Amino acid sequence: MNISISSSPFLNSGNSVSRIMLLVLLALIPGILAHIYFFGWGVLINMAIAIPSALASEALMLHLRQRPIKPFLSDYSAILTAALLAIALPSLAPWWLVFVGTTFAIVIAKQLYGGLGYNPFNPAMVGYAMLLIAFPREMTTWLPATHDMAFMDSLRYSLFEVLPSGHNLDSISMATPMDVVKTRLGLNMTIHEISAQFQNLFGMLGGRGWEWVNLMFLLGGLLLIFIRVISWHIPVAVIGSLFFCALVFQLADVDAHASPLFHLFSGATMLGAFFIATDPISAATTLRGRLYYGAGIGILTYIIRTWGGYPDGFAFAVLLMNMAVPTIDYYTQPRVFGHQDD
Amino acid sequence: MKNSYLDIARNGLWSNNSALVQVLGLCPMLAITNTMVNSLGLGLATTLTLICSNVSISAIRHWVRPEIRIPVFVLIIASIVTVIELSMNAWFHELYDILGIFIPLIVTNCMIIARAEAFASKNSIPHAFADGLFMGLGFTLVLLLLGTLREAIGFGTLFQQIELMFGDNAKWLTVHLFGNYRGYLLAILPPGAFLGLGFMIAFKNMLDRRIERKRQAVPAKQRVQFVK
Repeated sequence: MNISISSSPFLNSGNSVSRIMLLVLLALIPGILAHIYFFGWGVLINMAIAIPSALASEALMLHLRQRPIKPFLSDYSAILTAALLAIALPSLAPWWLVFVGTTFAIVIAKQLYGGLGYNPFNPAMVGYAMLLIAFPREMTTWLPATHDMAFMDSLRYSLFEVLPSGHNLDSISMATPMDVVKTRLGLNMTIHEISAQFQNLFGMLGGRGWEWVNLMFLLGGLLLIFIRVISWHIPVAVIGSLFFCALVFQLADVDAHASPLFHLFSGATMLGAFFIATDPISAATTLRGRLYYGAGIGILTYIIRTWGGYPDGFAFAVLLMNMAVPTIDYYTQPRVFGHQDD
Repeated sequence: MKNSYLDIARNGLWSNNSALVQVLGLCPMLAITNTMVNSLGLGLATTLTLICSNVSISAIRHWVRPEIRIPVFVLIIASIVTVIELSMNAWFHELYDILGIFIPLIVTNCMIIARAEAFASKNSIPHAFADGLFMGLGFTLVLLLLGTLREAIGFGTLFQQIELMFGDNAKWLTVHLFGNYRGYLLAILPPGAFLGLGFMIAFKNMLDRRIERKRQAVPAKQRVQFVK
């Protein structure tokens, strides 16, 4: 008789890297659908380019590093990185922008640091920040929520950078609500005047279209918390601190600061709070540390949005807090049971 | 004398390269290597400083008391850099304007004081001269390579603004590598310098390891033949 003997732990939750990554990918679907509905097929085309390039560069790097290729490729982590980056990119992105960003994210931010589990920075956000710094023009061609780009038009732009006849980039793309708020506040307009002048850019809660995308990502994120893929600490800390900062400054000067709800339901807030900041590799690991980490992201996002050079600063906030993670983890080690707190 | 000129050359250019192995003088190296011409200009200025300071320090090495050697070295290096700075201002004024603060900052380049302390103050004048020359050349070559990579990737050109160094007659040297290149801003900005230097150090280590493996493989084969 053959008795197999295994070592502890004898109980496991059934979670594995691939299962978690797959669940996160599935939870992105409602947000992606809203994204397609409001901002066109671009996000799908971006994903169709990003995922194969992520897998190819991951396979190439694993081959160069002489690591097994198949188990790492089938854990969905490269696909998740590619998907997050593709969602973050503008809906009118040429194919090379997506390709360069994804390859950079996988090769430099992930594999050169030692692959899955060793990267101190969130790869998707490194790719995004790199693209934002290197290609500022291409990274700001967002379609408005009221666009009429058909699938074929988007595909043609992605492959050949050709727009439908009678259109140019300036006539078809539009500043995002966050961008409008930022530039007009800089011109000493009040929030009231801005929302009156750009009525079709704003919805009930935040930017038009953006509020629904954010609500859908919120829905997906709550599902992730419900099935215990992520814990509530980081999203709550991110959203709470962003809301608190926005509330304080709005109470201080209501004309010169966007409302807390606008901050929560525009730009990358919900996607970032639930899907990017919660990356188990680059986020803080202790429970108390996660609260500090999330609060740092929320505060930095508010600072960059309000006084920084970019209309949205989620990527930079996440990367800055990634840097602080070792320190946070060091100072928030829980007390070992039975030991004195010194 | 244990330092043969061949050893000095090999040390300076490869096995103890100031930029790739000692990683000294990072500040100017990362800041100005965004074009080939800037890299070449600063590299040559540093080489000249290094040669002059090595030779002068080697010449006075018997008369300087060890307690005060560092201030004396700094004084010598500072005077030499001042001379070079004034000469560049006179003859390569536009290049001087571009390199700006980094020329006076050659004084603080750790590589120069490191060579003064570690080599020139203990060796004869010809050896110190050779060390300054090859250390400087090794630094310049790395600077030039990094500058070439960053310029080619960032601007898509080679020898941009070459006229600043060699006059208008050299303008034809500027090469545009790709037609209609958008440019890759990241390579020109500071992150590009860090990434480029990191890749170069990795590449050197890879070559070193490959050479080492080959060197170990040869005697093993000979031994096998011997047993037969």
